[in-house]
Amino acid sequence: MDHILSILIFFPAIAGLLGFLIDRQSIKPYVIAVASMEFILSLYLWFLFDSNQIGMQFVEQGNLISAFGVQYLIGLDGISLFLVVLSTFMTLIGVISVADDTDDLRELLLTLLFLEMTMVGVFVALDAILFYLFWELSLVPMLYIIGAWGGEKRIYASIKFFLYTFSGSLIMLVGMLYMAYLYYQASGTWSFSLLEWYRLQLPLDYQLWLFSAFFIGLAVKVPMFPFHTWLPYAHGQAPTVGSVILAAILLKMGAYGFIRFSLPLYPDATVYFLTPIAILSIIMIIYTAMVAYAQKDIKQLVAYSSISHMGVVILGTFALNPEGITGSIFLMISHGIVSGALFLLVGVIYDRRHTKMMDQFGGLASVMPRYALIFGIMAMASVGLPLTIGFVGEFLSLAGFYKYSHIMTILATSAVVVGAIYMLSAYKKAFFGKITNPENSKLQDLNVREYFSLVPLAILVVVLGVYPKPILEPIDNSVKTVISLMHQKAVTEEAKKIIPNIKMNLGEEEK
Amino acid sequence: MLEPVSVSFESLNFATLLPMLIAITGGLLILFIDLLKSNLDKSIYIVISIMFSLMDLGAVITLDLNTRGFFDVMFIDGIAVLSQIIILGASILFISFAFASNRFHEYQYPEFFALFLFMISGFQFMVASDNLITIFVGLETASLALYTMIVLHNKDKSFEAAIKYFTMGALAASFYAFGSMILYGLTGSVELYKIFEVLEARNFEPAILIITSAVFFIASFGFKLAIVPFHTWVPDVYEGSSAALAGYISVVPKIASFVVAIRIFEQLIHSGIDWVEYILYAVVVITMTMANIWALIQSDVKRMLAYSSISHTGFVMSAIMIGTTQSNSGIFLYWILFAFANLGAFAMLWASRKRGVRYHERYDHPFEKFAGMVKLMPLGAVMMGLFMLTLAGVPPFAIFWGKLYLISSAINANYTILAIIMALNSAIAVYYYLKLVVYMFLKDAIVNRDGSAYMTNASISLRIVLGISAFFTVVSMFAINPLLDISSYFVAMSGF
Repeated sequence: MDHILSILIFFPAIAGLLGFLIDRQSIKPYVIAVASMEFILSLYLWFLFDSNQIGMQFVEQGNLISAFGVQYLIGLDGISLFLVVLSTFMTLIGVISVADDTDDLRELLLTLLFLEMTMVGVFVALDAILFYLFWELSLVPMLYIIGAWGGEKRIYASIKFFLYTFSGSLIMLVGMLYMAYLYYQASGTWSFSLLEWYRLQLPLDYQLWLFSAFFIGLAVKVPMFPFHTWLPYAHGQAPTVGSVILAAILLKMGAYGFIRFSLPLYPDATVYFLTPIAILSIIMIIYTAMVAYAQKDIKQLVAYSSISHMGVVILGTFALNPEGITGSIFLMISHGIVSGALFLLVGVIYDRRHTKMMDQFGGLASVMPRYALIFGIMAMASVGLPLTIGFVGEFLSLAGFYKYSHIMTILATSAVVVGAIYMLSAYKKAFFGKITNPENSKLQDLNVREYFSLVPLAILVVVLGVYPKPILEPIDNSVKTVISLMHQKAVTEEAKKIIPNIKMNLGEEEK
Repeated sequence: MLEPVSVSFESLNFATLLPMLIAITGGLLILFIDLLKSNLDKSIYIVISIMFSLMDLGAVITLDLNTRGFFDVMFIDGIAVLSQIIILGASILFISFAFASNRFHEYQYPEFFALFLFMISGFQFMVASDNLITIFVGLETASLALYTMIVLHNKDKSFEAAIKYFTMGALAASFYAFGSMILYGLTGSVELYKIFEVLEARNFEPAILIITSAVFFIASFGFKLAIVPFHTWVPDVYEGSSAALAGYISVVPKIASFVVAIRIFEQLIHSGIDWVEYILYAVVVITMTMANIWALIQSDVKRMLAYSSISHTGFVMSAIMIGTTQSNSGIFLYWILFAFANLGAFAMLWASRKRGVRYHERYDHPFEKFAGMVKLMPLGAVMMGLFMLTLAGVPPFAIFWGKLYLISSAINANYTILAIIMALNSAIAVYYYLKLVVYMFLKDAIVNRDGSAYMTNASISLRIVLGISAFFTVVSMFAINPLLDISSYFVAMSGF
């Protein structure tokens, strides 16, 4: 399997193109089959992955535009491995969750396959332009999903989503081109290869500018405060499957970009901007948690809570030590599973009641006990209850950042309490008490399709919460590689001091 | 007693003139056929036009580089050949649109096709000379032919467009004459290479006169290239022309003007007179930004495309200002990619032209006309969406690579601020391109409920051209490297 990554990227797209030949009636089994094959393939990738090996694995290289140094360069390490698996897994779950009577079912499902291509592409691309290409291309299917199957203000939401991310990433593109120019000056050849760029040690003032350019592009995607305003609209208007993919995967692209680009390329600038970014993350954590508490619409609540959790991810990333970064990557995965599941659950009730307002519900636990159980598990995981998947990542991220600043970590942790408040009070409003609204008394509990999409998530939440080691270990090794690279490359004293020096032998690929 | 002038035939080097002569012969042949037997079907003229354009292309490709001919008036360097190839390629694509299913007024006249070939020869004269007078003659030949072609569309709006274009063109021509006059007065020559030799020898003094001449040239090319604030004719002219011709106007005359602009401004920018650069910088930024903002508020697709093409021109003009080999080859790369996407977009409008039906009291192609197109004609909507995303610069489609290369060349020449402005303008542009995508994909049909208009005018050849354009924009990723090699080679050969 020399080309397993290329197959992973392009299989869904080719299958998606062929899907246009398939009759509308039989499209869903076809897409589920494709998504399952893709998922199994990604599990096989995990099986083949050697977690003791340092550096990129399964590297494929080819020239795209040799005159300009653009390459088809893809590879995988512990950081991207699980994000790829998460993408294929959540796509499968998303595809299963789509109801059979959706309008234009074929277009929706095939768009999801195209989206899957771009998501996998982003996580395995090691050439900056290739990364950018998949990054931007992912906007188009999402625009279509939100805009065509969304709620009332879907067009506004989809355009806002597109414009925000597109504008931000164009600034990042300028940064990439500048980086390539610096590389050209240093080495005499054009290259956008990340592995080549890693070798470049830059003076601080260049780092500051480039870091800022990348920051704008990545921060919009995360989305970091104050660039987050597109997200509540996008979530509010998107169809369930759109929200699931958006929350579970697309938001992770930004945080992944920080770990893949900003940190190792600009270690000194990272340290330089550490405090402002940490403050932004803390504002983002606390502020959005409070906004979440004020929501009446349950989907908006989940959306804001998801921004709040992304704040913890960013905080963990900028802890710049193995615990923090490993924790933040684990949190990305757990948040992908949990928020995806929460959006699915919101979709379940919306399908039945056609409202997302919490005051319309109440006492659902007595009519839909199984639904209430799964919702409860997910709410607990979202809050970060120990022994659920949410705890591990959040704990590691915050513990990592505690080494850098005690006060800021305490502030951030206080938001976890707010998180518990809004989640539990929402749960109480919707599920407990008497049934006040007669419409709620004859609701159906979960059906087979919903079981198939929700139960695997619930199992994962518990299993990985109890035993996260199989995932943590490969991540940890790759994270240590990144950190030791940062330590080596740092030019300022301050950065050398903050970024721990981890002794490890760098593999051939990193040289 | 005058000395008898003896000129040997070889020294004239007629090969340099051959391409234009082929085009002119073709035009004359069409007129001659019409004299012998009138009322022939348009198809014969289309085929003759294509045939002669192909022969012309063949003659261009076999030219020797860096030669002069015909009393040194003709100058065949790399960019002359490259731009002629682009002009002829785009012209062949364009004239295939004439196989439209509906009968249109202009195509009933054989003169249309004769004018078309004369126009091509005019553009070729323009790019294949560094003599200010020959350039002028080429420019006017091409422009006059083009005005007439517009007016043959025979609608009130076309008359308006042609008159407007003609008036503006005359103004541009006079500015051009003024600019040339000053250069001639300073140096006593009309040949650019001699002009710059003399100017360099005297260290570009007096600067004030050179700047004045540069300002006249900027104004003149401002009209021809549609640079803000000389752009006001563009939307009306595009609206008055048939969609196919509008697409042509947005691509071919501009590449010819770009070549002349490169020839004139490249030397001036490197002359050490900063003001030329400042003026160009301002013009470029204003053109890009203002045109984008105007495009945002258009309610007609064709007018939107008109403004967007102004913005693209501004984008490319920045390469002339940057003036490195990389940026100059970027011009040609960008324009080749733009030609396909833009001709494709206008061809989609052309295909949706339904006679006798109006969807808006004021406009031919209001956005509402395309609402809900994906339900009624999925393939057409996907193609149009593709062209829109391409024009917006969404990777990996064609124009993205052109933008990438031009922004990179700005960065490499230390114009970082300009690079950021270029990037931000691409972000603004996304909005109005997306507007059409939104109408086609996300809204329900409003005025055009049965979808009968979408492909009503699409003949086989139009579909083929559309297919070629769409295919090219998708796979352009793999064509960038050879295109870049070719354009860098030709640009480097001519020393820009």
